[in-house]
Formats: sequence, structure tokens, C-alpha cells
Amino acid sequence: MGTEAYLIVASLLFLIGASGFLLRRNLLVMFMSIELMLNGAALLFVTFARHWNRMDGQIFVFFIIALAAAEAAVGLSILIAIFRLKHRVNADELSELKG
Amino acid sequence: MSAAGRGREGEWALSFHAIIFWALAAMTIVPAIGIVVSKNIVHMAFWLLGTLLGVAGLYLHMEADFLGMTQVFVYIGGINVLLLFGIMLTNREPLYVRAAVKRPAIASAVLLGVVVAVGLIQSFGATEWHTVKDAVAPGLADASAKAVVNGDGTAATLGTYLLSDYILPFEIVSILLLVVLVGAAYIARRDPEGGSA
Repeated sequence: MGTEAYLIVASLLFLIGASGFLLRRNLLVMFMSIELMLNGAALLFVTFARHWNRMDGQIFVFFIIALAAAEAAVGLSILIAIFRLKHRVNADELSELKG
Repeated sequence: MSAAGRGREGEWALSFHAIIFWALAAMTIVPAIGIVVSKNIVHMAFWLLGTLLGVAGLYLHMEADFLGMTQVFVYIGGINVLLLFGIMLTNREPLYVRAAVKRPAIASAVLLGVVVAVGLIQSFGATEWHTVKDAVAPGLADASAKAVVNGDGTAATLGTYLLSDYILPFEIVSILLLVVLVGAAYIARRDPEGGSA
């Protein structure tokens, strides 16, 4: 398949993730949407790594995966801490910092 | 593709390639939509598993074998399981989550989708990446393609890169992961002095 087809799939993945992030209010679901966006971006990196026949893109995807793992660990532990304090994990109900 | 020489066999191989690609693409996109529209949060976690598997398949399809396996191990074995733990730890009995109720959220999501889609399509068409290829390729193309053709896979090339050209980011990511895991354990722990936090 040509590079364009992969570009379309990656963009769709990113757009679905972005709209999910805006549409859903549960922190866990927003978190999943972030993972979708990260996967879309990583797919683009691999696509162009293949397109240019170079490995740099794949190396970057390794770093993206490592950062996603870091984000997952910190994000979920913050989520659990919030749940312990507030007993809810909806983003629009956590408005204590709003003036 | 030089049509006359290859004949029907080449075409068949090409269409088989295409069928695999579209199957993997559907396997990636359909569960992704499921995440956005589903109401049951456990279902969402399993939809995410489908998407991650689809992306891993696309990596394999693009001859990034080591990356595809890393995707399976780290995303599915690590992040998705962590997410399921998060779901189990933070949700009471009904596992249903509501969608955005406020109209501005829906409007902004639709607006963002349209704007980004138009921008991406525009930039795919306008940039000259498909012509730049010929200018860049010969000198800079590395051993990866040969390795794939020889059946060696990409792991050796990736390892060489990670420990030579990309050694600094590699070490920084190692330290980042250590710091993150210590921090996560600290944030998520129970306060030993009996507070609720």
C-alpha cells in the first residue's frame, strides 16, 4: 500500500482521539483518547520511516511508547489519588480551581 | 510496477497486500470509534485493545517487526492492563460513563475535527514529501531495508541506533522512566498516618 493510505489511517486515528478527548468527561476515557492520538502520531512516524527508508522514525516511536508508558503510570496514579479524595473522576466535576 | 513481466501473480500479490492493509485499518479505526461512542467503560478498555492490536499489525505490515512486538508488549501488556486496573479501582458498581452533555463540548469537538481534517488533507496535498524522496534517498538510506529483505528484522539496526546516534535521548528516557515509577508509587500510595489521601 502507498504511503497515502497509511497517512489517512493515522489521521483518522488522531482525529477520533482528539474528538473523544473533547467529548468524554471521564478522566479514564480522556486518557484512552490520548493514547489513540499518540498511536496516530506514532503510526505517522513509522509510515515516513518506511517512506524514506530510514530508521529514525522508528526510533522516535520507541521514545513515544516510553513516554506513553510514563504518562500512563503517572496519570493513573494521579487518578487514583483524586478518586480517593473526591470519589469521582469526571473532569467537569473537578472544578475546585475554578475561581 | 512493470505490468507485462509480473503478470497476474504480481497483481494478485498486490491485492492480497491491500486486503491485509484494509483489514488492519478497519481493525484500528472501528474500535477507535467504539471508544468514543461506547457507554460502558470496560468495553472501552477492550475496544482500545483492538485498536492497539490493529496498530501493531500495521507496524508489522510496514516491516517494522520489532516495533510491532514492542507495541504489543508495552501497550497491550502494560498500558491497557494498567488502564483496566484504573477502571477497577476508581469505578463503583455501574460501569457506565456518560458522554459530554454540554453542547459547547460537542460543538468544539466537531469544529476541531473539521479544522484538523481540512488542515491535514491540505498539508498532505501541499507538501512535497512524495517528490523529496528521490532527492534524499540514495545516500541516507540505511541497512534497514536490506535487513528486512534478508530476513534479519529491524532489531539489530534499531539497537545500533539506540546505542550510538540516539544514546543521549535513550539515557534520558531511562532516567525519566525511573523517576516516573518512583513518583507514581509515591502519588498513589496510601497515607500511613491514616488520612484519606
